[in-house]
Amino acid sequence: MKPNNGLNTLNSPIVTENKIHMNSNHLLHRLYDLQTQLHHIPKQSITTLADELALPVSQIEAAVDFYSFLHRTPRGRFDIMFSNCTSCGDIKMIQHLCDQMHIASGETRTDGAVSISETSCIGMCDQGPALLINGRTITQLSNRRLDLIAEYIEAERPLEQWPIEWFDVHDNVRKNGLLLSTPFEPGSGLLAAINKGSEAMLANIDQSGLRGRGGAGFGTGMKWKFCREASGDAHYVICNADEGEPGTFKDRILLTSHAHTVFEGMTICGHIIGAKKGYLYLRAEYRYLLPALQAVLTRRHKAKLLGENILEQGFNFDIEIIIGAGAYICGEESALIESMEQKCGIPRVRPPFPVTSGYLNQPTVVNNVETLAAAAQIAVHGSHWFNSLGSDKSAGSKILSISGDCLTPGVYEYAFGVRIQRILDDCGAEDVQAIQVGGPSGTLIRSDEFDRKLGFEDLATGGSFMIYGKDCDLLEVIRNFSHFFAHESCGFCTPCRVGTTLLRNGLDKICHGRGTQYDMDEMRRMATLVKQRSHCGLGQTAPNPILDALDRFPELFNAKLLHSDFEPHFDLDAALEEARQLTKRDDAEAHLS
Amino acid sequence: MSDSNHNTITIDGREIPFKAGQTIMDAALDADIYIPHLCHMPGLKPHGSCKLCTVEVNGRSASSCTLPATAGQQITSNSEDLTEVRKTITQMLFIEGNHFCPSCEKTGDCTLQAMAYHLDMLDGHFPQFYPRREIDASHKSIVLDRDRCILCALCVRASREVDNKNVFDIGGRGTDAKLIVNAPSGKLADTNIKVDDLAAHICPVGAIMIKEHGYEVPIGRRTFDLHSVAEPRLEPVALHKGKLTDE
Amino acid sequence: MSKKIRVATTSLAGCFGCHMSFLDIDERIVELIEHIEFDRSPLTDIKHCSNPCDIGLIEGGLCNAENVHVLREFRANCKIIIAVGACAINGGVPAMRNHFTLTECLEEAYLNGIGVDNPMIPNDVEIPLLLNKVHPIHEVVHVDYYLPGCPPPADAFMKVLTDLLEGKEPSLPKEILHFD
Repeated sequence: MKPNNGLNTLNSPIVTENKIHMNSNHLLHRLYDLQTQLHHIPKQSITTLADELALPVSQIEAAVDFYSFLHRTPRGRFDIMFSNCTSCGDIKMIQHLCDQMHIASGETRTDGAVSISETSCIGMCDQGPALLINGRTITQLSNRRLDLIAEYIEAERPLEQWPIEWFDVHDNVRKNGLLLSTPFEPGSGLLAAINKGSEAMLANIDQSGLRGRGGAGFGTGMKWKFCREASGDAHYVICNADEGEPGTFKDRILLTSHAHTVFEGMTICGHIIGAKKGYLYLRAEYRYLLPALQAVLTRRHKAKLLGENILEQGFNFDIEIIIGAGAYICGEESALIESMEQKCGIPRVRPPFPVTSGYLNQPTVVNNVETLAAAAQIAVHGSHWFNSLGSDKSAGSKILSISGDCLTPGVYEYAFGVRIQRILDDCGAEDVQAIQVGGPSGTLIRSDEFDRKLGFEDLATGGSFMIYGKDCDLLEVIRNFSHFFAHESCGFCTPCRVGTTLLRNGLDKICHGRGTQYDMDEMRRMATLVKQRSHCGLGQTAPNPILDALDRFPELFNAKLLHSDFEPHFDLDAALEEARQLTKRDDAEAHLS
Repeated sequence: MSDSNHNTITIDGREIPFKAGQTIMDAALDADIYIPHLCHMPGLKPHGSCKLCTVEVNGRSASSCTLPATAGQQITSNSEDLTEVRKTITQMLFIEGNHFCPSCEKTGDCTLQAMAYHLDMLDGHFPQFYPRREIDASHKSIVLDRDRCILCALCVRASREVDNKNVFDIGGRGTDAKLIVNAPSGKLADTNIKVDDLAAHICPVGAIMIKEHGYEVPIGRRTFDLHSVAEPRLEPVALHKGKLTDE
Repeated sequence: MSKKIRVATTSLAGCFGCHMSFLDIDERIVELIEHIEFDRSPLTDIKHCSNPCDIGLIEGGLCNAENVHVLREFRANCKIIIAVGACAINGGVPAMRNHFTLTECLEEAYLNGIGVDNPMIPNDVEIPLLLNKVHPIHEVVHVDYYLPGCPPPADAFMKVLTDLLEGKEPSLPKEILHFD
């Protein structure tokens, strides 16, 4: 197993977290400290913090209610969040631990010892089921392991004394490709960039055909060029490490084992666009990576690859880490910037785009982890090294995170243009019913489409590749996704805020066997509206699983439909339950069919 | 160089001029073309959240209140499709909150209601959410009735951009998003809002109301008894009617 | 003379204001009953739809089990169902109790309220049980048309009935379309 470049993460107590290479006074970091120490954010603390940070109270209040990992009421001393992702979650296990601890999901036990709730995908899809406990990741859950967890919680055994191997997160690289198999000498990319000069290096990146690896696929060279040409008081480079799309964990590997490449890509970008400062926006679910990442940054400083007068070439660049607080929408670049600016992660009105007006309204490049890693390697090996693989519109290789019903989930790297069937063969997936290529916001494909190719021309993906076998209840998967999007909608625009909830409720109705053709037609109509009229990519892609499933798997819905014109939108008999309890009646008139 | 005739956009087949820096909405309003809107108010920074002003520009969906006008844009606004979209969005707003017109002091002067009339909305269509939302009557002169809030953030912007204060904000996420105030107690009485602030009068619905005033104008003489929401240059009228009036 | 169309009406969880407003058509009712015949309705006191009806005018939302039974009878027996008034369309005033649990409401009304004597929550096999939330009627049956208002003005009733009598799709001119 590759060494993870740094300190033993488990011995770094989270409460007195080392804040090197971080701004310890960033609102999100201060709120994290409060949440950790007090198990919630009391109102009084908000007022004190507002005074200290000179921020409006309302800004902090807004943030506390926005981010999933900040709570108004106390969480347990053992704060447990189970992933509810179809790959790294398992509903039965949540119930199992709830039973052991005698609480319901979503509750904190009255003695304050433990709280259990669900959270969106935590990026452990290749080694789930998984949970976060006090911000740390435990993978490969089993009922046995959960029983032990229950014991340790009752015994109040500190996390530091729990079995170390529970917290292991393996890279699980199953197939190396261009990026993962090419070794990288820290500094080599920077030297190349300095020697070539910015103009030539920019042309190099451009000619490589590198496109954003987070899913949107914007030309990297073009993005860096626009930013370089934009005027401002300062330029910024931001690495989007918010990897929140369910089923995506490839950046996790890059951050764990290839951090130098990522940071070097940022530095090269900084050099080209004239930035002195870069930020790594790291999702809260990857907090366990913090010490290792800090160590890499420290080493780079020592090696004069960061800081002042880098490599004696007279250019300064430094990188700071900001950790999120649980919000999928912060993976959207403008929402990420808002979050960095200590606000709620609400996507901005575009235009203007970040390249001209981004962080602090200055020209900013926001790039995915993999994009930056690729850029660093391209700097060393040249554009042809990269674009000799892949296809015309999709140059180079793509790192995939494969999970679900397959023999060997994990990280696989392929040249673009690879056929889906090849991928299935490599990961040992047979009798596949469907694949969600690109996560819930991507495309759902059927077995007669496995001849299609990975790439921007056909099936694009940020990396998520979720496989569903023939025995899987695919409609439940679609329903899971609809809950995810309703939960993660930022709430800014009417179509997504209300629409994702209506879609979720509609699917719940159908999945519970109370749906009719009318409900199907309604769902399709709402899905189309949300897709076409939402403010940002979340709303514009949230209906994809529903629309794809309606087109490709109509039989799944039809099997659940009632053959009547109309079915009430709520369970009538259940609606009388409270009255029955109050009156202790159970006669025929006390029920409705 | 003057604003030449080349600086035009076409809305529903009608070519209109625009000035540099204007959005499609700005140009349309200047030409007395009504594009439905709720969260937009000339004079305040455009927001883009209600999505009533959705138009199609060269075939692509866009919010006309935030998209800059550029020469040659072919814009569809008044189509059957878009009218249906706008009606649906209005219905979504109605069922999301607790919009009970008969007991609301803003009835007849309410832009959301007027929008519904304009779009021939007869019912909310979708199942009602019936959310539980907090009323804040702490202030001696101003009530916050969040049942009616449509999250347009006009009050947020008015407070910041015109009143030079920062009384309001929107907090929370998704359907839990809500109007909040900038005070440690969370109560309006503890903010520096004054009853003659623009923010106290800008609410297009009945979410921010002035106490001791209600039902002062008889049915038949209220803003939207006399005017359609689609009338040009209605904003001054709507604001005026919403203020304290001793008719 | 063409056959009269049969019209049934009811008030579920309504205040009967919509029925009163309908009667504000005043003398126009004389002409109207040349063309329509009332079946089950508070106006006729006919207790159940005796024949298939053409139009069912439903005032009020659903607050208890009996409302649901009545609504279903109307849906089964009427070709066209029209939700009349705010309560039928969005729950109206009765739906204001939806922000509280049923238990909270009943306890406040019958146990803890000011001036309550001999506190007890009414309970008898003949008293319909309350739904935990009040619902508009379109959440339980398919509704064909909506007549908004609190109440809809008499002219609105006339317009919709006249349109239907003439075989036209009902439409409300802006002057008589209001939610209050």
